[in-house]
Amino acid sequence: MIEVKNLTKSFGEKVILTDINAVFKPGQTNLVIGASGSGKSVLLKNIVGLFTPDSGEILYDGRDLITADRDMKTEIRREIGMLFQGGALFDSMNVEQNIKFPLDVLTKMPEDEKLDRVNEVLKRVKLENTNDRMPSEISGGMQKRVGIARAIVNKSQYLFCDEPNSGLDPRTSIKIDQLLHEITVEYQLTTVVVTHDMNSVMEIGEHIIFICDQQKLWQGTNEEIVHSGVEALEDFVFANKMMRKFKSL
Amino acid sequence: MSRLGQYILFLGALFKNHESFKTYLRLTLDECIYIGINSIVIVSIVSVFMGAVSTVQTAYNLVNPFIPQSVVGLVVRDLTILELAPTITAIVFAGKVGSSIAGNLGTMRITEQIDALEVMGINSVSYLVLPKIIATVFMYPFLVILAGVLAITGGYLAAEFAGALSPADYFTGLKTSFNGFSIYFALIKSVAFGFLISSIAAFMGFYTKGGALEVGQSSTKAVTVSCIAILLSDFILAQLLLVK
Repeated sequence: MIEVKNLTKSFGEKVILTDINAVFKPGQTNLVIGASGSGKSVLLKNIVGLFTPDSGEILYDGRDLITADRDMKTEIRREIGMLFQGGALFDSMNVEQNIKFPLDVLTKMPEDEKLDRVNEVLKRVKLENTNDRMPSEISGGMQKRVGIARAIVNKSQYLFCDEPNSGLDPRTSIKIDQLLHEITVEYQLTTVVVTHDMNSVMEIGEHIIFICDQQKLWQGTNEEIVHSGVEALEDFVFANKMMRKFKSL
Repeated sequence: MSRLGQYILFLGALFKNHESFKTYLRLTLDECIYIGINSIVIVSIVSVFMGAVSTVQTAYNLVNPFIPQSVVGLVVRDLTILELAPTITAIVFAGKVGSSIAGNLGTMRITEQIDALEVMGINSVSYLVLPKIIATVFMYPFLVILAGVLAITGGYLAAEFAGALSPADYFTGLKTSFNGFSIYFALIKSVAFGFLISSIAAFMGFYTKGGALEVGQSSTKAVTVSCIAILLSDFILAQLLLVK
């Protein structure tokens, strides 16, 4: 479980997040939604330790990432898997080397065991026999799936995804969402997905928090989101004509 | 000044939170090939012509009949060992390797590959930059030795085939009043230049912000700042080690 308590972050004079509180439980897909520039990616980068918040606590099963010493920070980070917006696959490595990378650097596993583990996760993300392909030779959707495979290969407990559907067609997006949800349930991961894609919200939003004007304005499930009664959220959810028509029914 | 402070902190971060020795060894060997071996051709071409042109131009300027022609060999030798091989090669090297390091790290930064390393709990500065610096500091002195040998060979070729002076005079000059310290001085410079080129280029690339345009700007800045640092440290080292 991840707990975010009273998190505040600003860049210089510009306040990005104010007093954010959230609890992300394992075994469910937690979504952070909000308009572009609302600060949801900044929240994610604070949670994974890429940014340091101005104040607040980030607890990974009770361990505070901010006040942790270097060894503890490293220990927590090694339990984290992250899927980046563009995949962030290493260009100079093929699919197999990309996925095997965390095992090479972070573990002392024998080589054959590593390869077994890589093939196991490749099968899990339905990318068997792509071991030798380079990132530039595979599609955006496949790159995302390789990113997911790399994030879970080291049996991470926490999975973070920054806009996993950006640049993907709706059908592929749904497949990625479903894959994330299945993996979350199967491995009992604490998964946090940052998105502004309403398809994802409707598909896998078991626990959603909505960020607007630097604050958390609402939290709930995908079933509750259409009746939130929060104006900013309704503007966000019913942004297109089709959704407005659906609301009026 | 804040950039200088950031550079010093960046160098400090190289030695924090290491991965295994085996990991660094593999990465350093890869970088030695990429940085060192792949630079042999350009360094060789530049060095041969540098030596040949130095010989022809020195001979052209040496018009006093009281000065023996063999002085050309002496001048080319000292010029090559003290300045041309370590310094001019460093500038060529900064253009080739420095821009490549900055471009490589800049691209990794803007495509979030560096963030991916950080999230995994890997010290990205140490993991990505330390092998490049070690490889450059280790390989560049060999390139300087190669450059020196080839420049002197280029001088001989100019003597033999361009008729600038007789090869016998050239060899006589090469052997006259040789001070072995010149070699040590060149090697000390090569270590300093190798460190400056790789660390400055890595620093520029590592802190790239923005997109493809900024990656290009980082590469350009890396070469410009490296060249200035090379020339400045060249003067400082000459002052410290040669002036009695």
